[in-house]
Amino acid sequence: MDTRRKLEVLADAAKYDASCASSGSKSTRRGSRLGSTEGMGICHSYTPDGRCVSLLKLLLTNYCVYDCKFCVNRVSSDTPRARFTVAEVIDLTVEFYRRNYIEGLFLSSGIVGSIDGTMEQLVAVARGLREGHGFGGYIHLKLIPGASAELVAEAGRWADRLSANIELPTAQDLHQLAPEKTRADITGTMTTVADGIAERAADRKAGLKAPVFAPAGQSTQMVVGATPTTDGVILGTADELYRTQKLRRVYYSAYSPTPHADARLPALRPPLLREHRLYQADWLLRFYGFEVSEVVAPGANLALDVDPKLAWALANRDRFPVDVNAAPRELLLRIPGVGVRNVERILAVRRHHALTVADLRALRVNWKSAAPFVLTGDHNPALRKLDTVGLKKSVQPTLFDDLDGYA
Amino acid sequence: MIVTAPDFAAWRGAARALLAAEVSPADVLFDDGTAPGLFAAAELPPVPAGPALEVPRAFVALAESVSCHRDPQRWGRLYRALWRLTRGEPHLLDLATDDDVAWLFRAEKSVRRDAHKMKAFVRFRKVGEHFVAWHRPDHRIVRRVAPFFRRRFPEMHWSVLTPDDSVTWDREGLHFGPGVSARDAPPPDVLEDMWKTYYRATFNPARIKLKAMKKELPVRHWATLPEAALIPDLLAEAADRVAAMVQHSEGTPSAADFLPATRDLDGLRAAARDCTACGLCGPIVPPVFGTGPADARIALVGDQPDTSGAADELLDTALEEAGIDRAAVYRTTAVKQTAFAERDGAREPRRANAREVGACRPWLLAELAALRPAVIVCLGPLAAKAVLGPLFRFTERRGEVLPAGGTIAIATHFPATILRAPEEARAEIWAELVTHLARALELAGAGYHPPSHYSSRVPY
Ligand code: SF4
Repeated sequence: MDTRRKLEVLADAAKYDASCASSGSKSTRRGSRLGSTEGMGICHSYTPDGRCVSLLKLLLTNYCVYDCKFCVNRVSSDTPRARFTVAEVIDLTVEFYRRNYIEGLFLSSGIVGSIDGTMEQLVAVARGLREGHGFGGYIHLKLIPGASAELVAEAGRWADRLSANIELPTAQDLHQLAPEKTRADITGTMTTVADGIAERAADRKAGLKAPVFAPAGQSTQMVVGATPTTDGVILGTADELYRTQKLRRVYYSAYSPTPHADARLPALRPPLLREHRLYQADWLLRFYGFEVSEVVAPGANLALDVDPKLAWALANRDRFPVDVNAAPRELLLRIPGVGVRNVERILAVRRHHALTVADLRALRVNWKSAAPFVLTGDHNPALRKLDTVGLKKSVQPTLFDDLDGYA
Repeated sequence: MIVTAPDFAAWRGAARALLAAEVSPADVLFDDGTAPGLFAAAELPPVPAGPALEVPRAFVALAESVSCHRDPQRWGRLYRALWRLTRGEPHLLDLATDDDVAWLFRAEKSVRRDAHKMKAFVRFRKVGEHFVAWHRPDHRIVRRVAPFFRRRFPEMHWSVLTPDDSVTWDREGLHFGPGVSARDAPPPDVLEDMWKTYYRATFNPARIKLKAMKKELPVRHWATLPEAALIPDLLAEAADRVAAMVQHSEGTPSAADFLPATRDLDGLRAAARDCTACGLCGPIVPPVFGTGPADARIALVGDQPDTSGAADELLDTALEEAGIDRAAVYRTTAVKQTAFAERDGAREPRRANAREVGACRPWLLAELAALRPAVIVCLGPLAAKAVLGPLFRFTERRGEVLPAGGTIAIATHFPATILRAPEEARAEIWAELVTHLARALELAGAGYHPPSHYSSRVPY
């Protein structure tokens, strides 16, 4: 099989992986002869599915002995198979990089032979790029859960980011749909990475010149919609991972019908809007100081018709209106339509003069959402308005605004 | 007065002089040289000696960035901001809602975004040993962005050409030159097809979000992006591809769908009669379930029902040699019906494939769970993988005692292997088989506690 055909098969097989970002590495590796990681988060292209192409996202092989039901590469799927050599992946990465098509490589693999044998191959690609080509671009390696700690440690030396997929929000879901994977193996591998990162940070704090270890941290991915598990449980799992494993990102991937899907899975269009709401809720947890329990109850799902921040405001009307000239930062962050950056700007402006509606408009806050919830010198939404039944309708952005008429 | 300011350095010098001479922003008009001025530029007042005026560092950075903007207003806006900063409004930049500040912030954002797009959308094409790109930025940002490419591609000899400026890196220095028209852009190189192949393959037709895409990949850049030419086709095909995907959910049904609520051996056996999960069974060839006493201490798992009886006979002999009472063991298989292949018009048994083994596995696991034997003996690699997980390596680990879902298992040869093995190897295989069986007998009596570190790897 020629390289081009392999590329076709192995990029196609990798596209269901949600992570694509190349962000998180703060500086370029010393001594690199080709590539840098200073342009954090550069997306070199976008596909019509609205996702960015930042990394060359490939599988080393899509042969796999596992039978995870949601995965197009599971052993029982009749998808076409291919296998790259280590040299082929290195070559493609370098040549694509030289033309400025990509920020680096995202490499994953089906599991063949043994767990460590597969992991070794992934590590060999990263090592070859760094040592053989002085490659300083971004590398994200997917870890095979259960791989030996030595291999994970070596992966951390060459890669910017590591990730082991949690796959599904609960251990029962995993047991049902990915029978060969165990939560213990997955979290064990995550812990090895978290320990490696913590160890390096401690060494550096002590003034030692510690070798790099996954400078862009670790992330994970969860398939959403393949089981009936609720958003409350999903976000609970994510929150726990952020806290215990210090993950940088949790990616949510709406279960997408694959060309060779298992019949027990929903042959539906992927729940994209739900995925979008999960990302919004996740954002609230990480940057807005929300607790999971404020965003959604464990047994419930996020509302699809309003974003989670607006939903919280509507459910907590007694906390509003918020006086933008007096409220503390935490409260400003809770106003619908006002983002983190604008909160900082409001705080800066109000040190010098009181804000008016014109000021908020000049900051381009989403006035339609924000108006009933804020109080300025010249704007006092009658409390009556906050109590109206129709409020939700009047502040709600057009449904599917950001989904381009999909759904 | 009119002041010529073609670039940042010229503006900066002029602004210093004007500020020192207390020329109010209302009295000065900056001409950035893009259009021929109606009036001749005025002489700048002399800069008086003495320390330069201090302005916040943030303003210098802002001004440098805004100076790349194409809007002719920029110099006037910057001068007015400078004037206000030094005349009683030192906190001007905090006032994001002020008209001047808001304009400058927007201009800065526009330049930043354009610089970001340039870093992303420059596409080098290889011409000999030289990498050349043609790109069309919105603002005059070539000098601002060039150092980024120098740091990124130090070993390459490259040029970036734009309608206003061009820059070349010869591995020693950056050299700036005049603009180049789109006609003089380099031709595609061989790798572009690979890139398009990648682009096409990485797109998921089930998730079209065109508006989101156009927001990030503005249509005005499409002309210089080779992959953009594919977009109309990808969109046109998408609906059909999704329909095909949904339809093609041919799936691998699984016996899990047929498992009954009560999972004792009789219940399982009865329910299995309806199983059509993998297609091997049917009304005429119902599943062949395990046989043997329900309280057996030893369960033997083969690959599939033995149609000839030859393998069973050999197994009986081996059991006898190992000292096992064959009436006391439970015998079952990984797949509950024999697979056949057509060859030259004749039907002959074949090995079950991964899809069939996977589909049937729920029966096997339920059967073993109901039986709770003290020891499971897996006969051959296929049965061993069904019991011990797909990564089990038969050649290396047969004969080892391994934990398996709350009990223990040992993998050994499938008796019929002996018939296929070369003459000289047979005795050895046979001896191993008997030894392993004897070990199983011993374990069935002894009770055994698996080492705890294994337990997380057990697949069921
Ligand atoms: S071989 Fe197993 S899975 Fe296939 S139809 Fe028979 S019982 Fe069902």
